[in-house]
Amino acid sequence: MPDTTSGIVAARLNGDVLKTNFADLHAPLGEHEATVAADRCYFCYDAPCVTACPTSIDIPLFIRQIATGTSEAAAKTIFDQNILGGMCARVCPTETLCEQACVRETAEGKPVEIGRLQRHATDTVMAKQAHPYQRAASTGKRIAVVGAGPAGLAAGHRLAMLGSDVTIFDARTKAGGLNEFGIASYKSTNDFAAREVDWLLGIGGITIEAGKALGADLSLDDLSAQYDAVFLGVGLGGVNSLSVDGENESGVSDAVDFIADLRQTSDLASLPVGRDVVVIGGGMTAVDAAVQSKLLGARNVTIAYRRGRDCMSASPYEQDLAASKGVQLMFNVQPSAIHQGEIELAYTDGSGETVRIPADQVFKAIGQTLVTDAGLKLDGRKIAVDAHGRTSRAGVWAGGDCASGGDDLTVTAVAEGRDAAMDIHASLMGGK
Amino acid sequence: MADLTTHFLGIKSPNPFWLASAPPTDKEYNVRRAFEAGWGGVVWKTLGMEGPPVVNVNGPRYGAIYGADRRLMGLNNIELITDRPLEVNLEEITRVKADYPDRAIIVSIMVPCEEQAWKDILPKVAATGADGIELNFGCPHGMSERGMGAAVGQVPEYIEMVTRWCKQYYDKPVIVKLTPNITDVRKPAAAAKRGGADAVSLINTINSITSVNLDTMSPEPSIDGKGSHGGYCGPAVKPIAMSMVSEIARHPETHGLPISGIGGVTTWRDAAEFMALGCGNVQVCTAAMTYGFKIVQEMISGLSQWMDEKGFENTSEFVGMAVPNVTDWQYLNLNYVAKAKISQDDCIKCGRCYAACEDTSHQAIAMSADRVFEVIDSECVACNLCVDVCPVENCITMEPMKAGEVDPRTGKVVSDTYANWTTHPNNPGAVAAE
Repeated sequence: MPDTTSGIVAARLNGDVLKTNFADLHAPLGEHEATVAADRCYFCYDAPCVTACPTSIDIPLFIRQIATGTSEAAAKTIFDQNILGGMCARVCPTETLCEQACVRETAEGKPVEIGRLQRHATDTVMAKQAHPYQRAASTGKRIAVVGAGPAGLAAGHRLAMLGSDVTIFDARTKAGGLNEFGIASYKSTNDFAAREVDWLLGIGGITIEAGKALGADLSLDDLSAQYDAVFLGVGLGGVNSLSVDGENESGVSDAVDFIADLRQTSDLASLPVGRDVVVIGGGMTAVDAAVQSKLLGARNVTIAYRRGRDCMSASPYEQDLAASKGVQLMFNVQPSAIHQGEIELAYTDGSGETVRIPADQVFKAIGQTLVTDAGLKLDGRKIAVDAHGRTSRAGVWAGGDCASGGDDLTVTAVAEGRDAAMDIHASLMGGK
Repeated sequence: MADLTTHFLGIKSPNPFWLASAPPTDKEYNVRRAFEAGWGGVVWKTLGMEGPPVVNVNGPRYGAIYGADRRLMGLNNIELITDRPLEVNLEEITRVKADYPDRAIIVSIMVPCEEQAWKDILPKVAATGADGIELNFGCPHGMSERGMGAAVGQVPEYIEMVTRWCKQYYDKPVIVKLTPNITDVRKPAAAAKRGGADAVSLINTINSITSVNLDTMSPEPSIDGKGSHGGYCGPAVKPIAMSMVSEIARHPETHGLPISGIGGVTTWRDAAEFMALGCGNVQVCTAAMTYGFKIVQEMISGLSQWMDEKGFENTSEFVGMAVPNVTDWQYLNLNYVAKAKISQDDCIKCGRCYAACEDTSHQAIAMSADRVFEVIDSECVACNLCVDVCPVENCITMEPMKAGEVDPRTGKVVSDTYANWTTHPNNPGAVAAE
């Protein structure tokens, strides 16, 4: 039984229980399971799953390669399109992407397990720690990439592979971006994000410079002067505020920080969590924070979302995951005041009614925001880019969560980083 | 309730499902269990001559090919005839027959092509009380190298000769089991009939290599790094077997000769199909070896339900019903015109029909940007490939055109008169229609 002391305390559960709670959400497929799962693919023409994949991985081909006993070749098919295919296999909301599009979802309500098959293939290659690509002849070009998250890593890898020398700067002390700091632990176990970065850097020609943030330690003018091209994949480092009374109470914090702490800790029992936790928001970050609070031993965890279920950006699968872990979902409510040990929620249905529920810890997960626009033109609250990732400034490209367009997903960031890299390369080599 | 009792060659059995001569019928223990499970009869695993029995390899005897989900589609074997002493088998057959008088027991035999060898063994088999014998002229490996099995089945004169000896020295039904490893199965069947055979059974197994080990470069099953061709059976061979059965059933010289159908019978439906093509009963092996004896329960219930639905009271009512509909290509009605039709309600939009038609056939399926697949009637030749590759049963169907409609592909009015190649103007050897 969890320790039910009120307040925010560590070690509500013992180490063994925590270890079980934070084990792999989706255990890897065994060899036999992979064969059975791969057998189900129909090898569709112009397959809908490929269309649904932001990185356009040739899914029927890689599954056929698994089915015929060549998982290494399958992994190559995946990495050709998505060098972070290992992480995407773990964190992609496949239920709203490839697996939703799978014709067997239409036929039987049971799609081919594309995500787990992708993990099977990529794990096979990564377990060997062999990097499958070689660099092309040197282009003599030097590229600065700002942000070592999925977009920056994908861009950097592609540029290095094409023969340019790449320096990737990151504000954090460690590369990986949200893969390393922003995803629930049970989706990326055994330090996978860090291992993936190491494996990716196996291409060579990439230097990581950690602890350097755009706006603080780096200026776009300097980078533009020193490098042949600049790619910005800085993500959204700022957190939106609630603007309610009590927001600065001691028990109120950002969900992203909580998630990052969880990922970086070596001892889950050392992490304090409230007895009654309320998470404000309706996205993946809200679900990740809520579920992990529950797994750490919180007695009651509530997600409070200001609109209805159908507006939630967390997928139905994520909602079900939260519910299955015992998280309560409240809809059409938003905080009106935060008191010591309690939160007041106002219904947004026009009734004017409010409800108070116990809350010794409140997490804000109502979206993130750009830290700096670096003098670039914005589209809404993000850096404006064209279809190639070009910003308003010549020689500067951007992609991932910081750039306009696309969903804020790892897989989208990878696609944007990759495509921007191709455009950078073409521009530099073609002299455009 | 349909009566599944059959009287094949006058041998009564409670249903038409017999176990074929093979490992499942090699000994008393198995056969008793088979009868308890409900099998109508067995053909006891092939007996050889008196004396030291044959020996089998001590490594793997079977190889396989698989369909989706490792479903066994084809099996091959390099096992020989029974490797147990003749006397032991004869004693067991005697005991089992005495205990199961209502079930058919046929004894499979393979001895050298010498009259004395047959003259010696037949009285011993007769003494068991078994209901008949089956001459194994089909085993394609091992025994055939010694001048028996398929080596006999491939020479019609030998078939006729041995069959005649058996009819001379044995007074119960003689079934000749045929090998498919020949060019025209009608020849050995006719030879068996000339020799006096009461029936033929077919097919025996087909020469096969199921796989090659790409590490050791040995065919599988591998015996110390070497492989020999085996005999292929299972669901994969059913189409070959049914074609051969139909050839014998409709050939003037062999028409009416009782047939026991063998080759990939796995379900009641397979059995019904063989029987419709003229088989008085069927023999099963691979399905039992894959799933165990219990499958006969499904065969019995399924055939029974189907017969009730069709109004058949006895199996003899539908045996051979499909034979008149097996014909030569030249007699097929060229005025019959069909078009593929895709049910949009059932379509799951996989596009396999499109890939197949566009890449390998007649470019007769259109694909829209939102993945709606539709048949282009003016291109469709009704080849059926789309039907065959569609993963959803009955999603694509072949719809016959009505007489008087215009085939948009040819611009011709569909006629309801029958016309075949023999009278077609493009046929250089065409004869004028009378």
